[in-house]
Amino acid sequence: MDLFEYQARDLFAKHDVPVLAGEVIDTPEAARAATERLGGKSVVKAQVKVGGRGKAGGVKLAATPDEAVARATDILGMDIKGHTVHKVMIAETAPEIVEEYYVSFLLDRTNRTFLSIASVEGGMEIEEVAATRPEAVAKTPIDANEGVTPEKAREIVEAAKFPAEVADKIVNVLVTLWKTFIEEDALLVEVNPLAKVASGDVIALDGKVSLDENADFRHPDHEELVDHAAANPLEAAAKEKNLNYVKLDGEVGIIGNGAGLVMSTLDVVAYAGEAHGGVKPANFLDIGGGASAAVMANGLEIILGDPDVKSVFVNVFGGITACDEVANGIVQALQLLADKGEEVTKPLVVRLDGNNAELGRKILSDANHPLVQRVDTMDGAADKAAELAAAK
Amino acid sequence: MAIFLNKDSKVIVQGMTGATGMKHTKLMLADGTNIVGGVNPRKAGQSVDIDGTEIPVFGTVAEAIEKTGANVSVLFVPPAFSKAAVVEAIDAEIPLAVVITEGIAVHDSAAFYAYAVSKGNKTRIIGPNCPGLITPGQSNAGIIPGDITKPGRIGLVSKSGTLTYQMMYELRDIGFSSAVGIGGDPVIGTTHIDALAAFEADPDTDLIVMIGEIGGDAEERAADFIKANVTKPVVGYVAGFTAPEGKTMGHAGAIVSGSSGTAAAKKEALEAAGVKVGKTPTETAKLAREILAG
Repeated sequence: MDLFEYQARDLFAKHDVPVLAGEVIDTPEAARAATERLGGKSVVKAQVKVGGRGKAGGVKLAATPDEAVARATDILGMDIKGHTVHKVMIAETAPEIVEEYYVSFLLDRTNRTFLSIASVEGGMEIEEVAATRPEAVAKTPIDANEGVTPEKAREIVEAAKFPAEVADKIVNVLVTLWKTFIEEDALLVEVNPLAKVASGDVIALDGKVSLDENADFRHPDHEELVDHAAANPLEAAAKEKNLNYVKLDGEVGIIGNGAGLVMSTLDVVAYAGEAHGGVKPANFLDIGGGASAAVMANGLEIILGDPDVKSVFVNVFGGITACDEVANGIVQALQLLADKGEEVTKPLVVRLDGNNAELGRKILSDANHPLVQRVDTMDGAADKAAELAAAK
Repeated sequence: MAIFLNKDSKVIVQGMTGATGMKHTKLMLADGTNIVGGVNPRKAGQSVDIDGTEIPVFGTVAEAIEKTGANVSVLFVPPAFSKAAVVEAIDAEIPLAVVITEGIAVHDSAAFYAYAVSKGNKTRIIGPNCPGLITPGQSNAGIIPGDITKPGRIGLVSKSGTLTYQMMYELRDIGFSSAVGIGGDPVIGTTHIDALAAFEADPDTDLIVMIGEIGGDAEERAADFIKANVTKPVVGYVAGFTAPEGKTMGHAGAIVSGSSGTAAAKKEALEAAGVKVGKTPTETAKLAREILAG
């Protein structure tokens, strides 16, 4: 889960990473009091989970509380790269910045360990620095069980060639940032820029944090960080039913079991769609291993509730999942929707293979639902589903 | 021969007495797996009757090894307790630990992987979040259905569970030496490269099928490995061409991987290494058939 800047700032503050004061608001008028609390001037910063907001005009200085209200009025509701600004952070204005650095900790999948990235050339163009002058970016592997001790932090400082006069302060930032990374179960903690200001202090001016949802059992407080407002309504409904669903922009609704098979199903439908007017998958929905009839019914209800969906492809390979359960789920879901008085008009193409496939196919044949048809190969079923979507 | 697992493997199950553990222990036994014990400190000294087979329950992995000579552990331990269970298996120096559990926090898997490395890699970890591995006709350590296919000469390595089953099904008449589901988590114990190296060395494997999916750069690195080290024919499949781009955040991810991680990039890398890559699972199976038919 990616966090907003203000949430990252709060977590940094909790673990003693040096940050500036700031608070989040969602109405222009609230900018006045927030700015007054900061002594009468502030920086108004759009809270969006996308880079480049400064260039897009999403960060403005306000010299007075009135100006802060005006800037917040401008920025709230602004569209930044497809993200609507619903919140702004009213932040303390930074003292004069002398230098901008970059530091982060993250998971290094390639080496199956953690990694520190540090550079004395921080700021907006760090990606370019990494691409064009890799020697200016120091990457230091971190042993997951040893972590970042002050000694390790000093090693990073030397590798990145931080100036001697800020070395101790950078060490402190690295140790506290690592604490944030570990204690919050983060996948990424990034500070950019990490600013050296005129007084010689080093302050995290902007940050990004991404948290591991698999670790939520250790962090009941992380629930508060979820941005419910941003979720697509179908995605929110799916999440409530514990379904792994992602809305896409096509017409063929997809249900399958196992992330790999579902991803593969999206591909196969997209290929098949090329011959049928370019229809595409409408969603990703993985009902998981061992899915019961109830789970199948929940999934189907979500998919059929999507107005973009014109046909549905149910692609199941029964490993742990039993195909008769899946078939029962389809029959029950259609019955359930009929009982609710919801008219189902979208055709379903079902492909069942593996564990109890024969039994599952028989259940579908016996139910003889006018909208359900069986095709027993994955490529053939994808083609049929694409054809039906294109015909609608 | 086969890889990592054979008829002589003595298997214990950590988390055997839970519902999932019981269900799959039963299935593994039905596939002929030599299951010599379960581990549960609260039920040590008891035994469990599974379809007429008495399976003893030990208090620790070390005790199970001492009493039975076990050399494989399959773990069905809930995510919150998985790290401790894997660390216990590593401390007991069991040669192979197959972690089926889905949803383990990355800080936990990174920690137990680092621990295994610090202990000299005496324990090969497969997974987490994987279906395990099967050597058809000999042994099954995990949740791969044993009745999809028969013993044969294809080796399979895959990030995805259901695509493993799909591919075994597509090629069920030819059969498999071993099929290994390595899992799709960010940190996994056994990689495509480890399995490719083992299949290359396995006299019972004639052709290798490798299944990947978007994310990370494991497939690209596997392609480099194949180019340099694999003489057997390799057929590949990559899932996720039409998957939406992940919501990456910050710049750090892109800086580290040095690769876009897209399916197209992976396919390209594999093809450059001489791997034939199928557009769909069915087409991939067809490519494997053509090669085996000469």
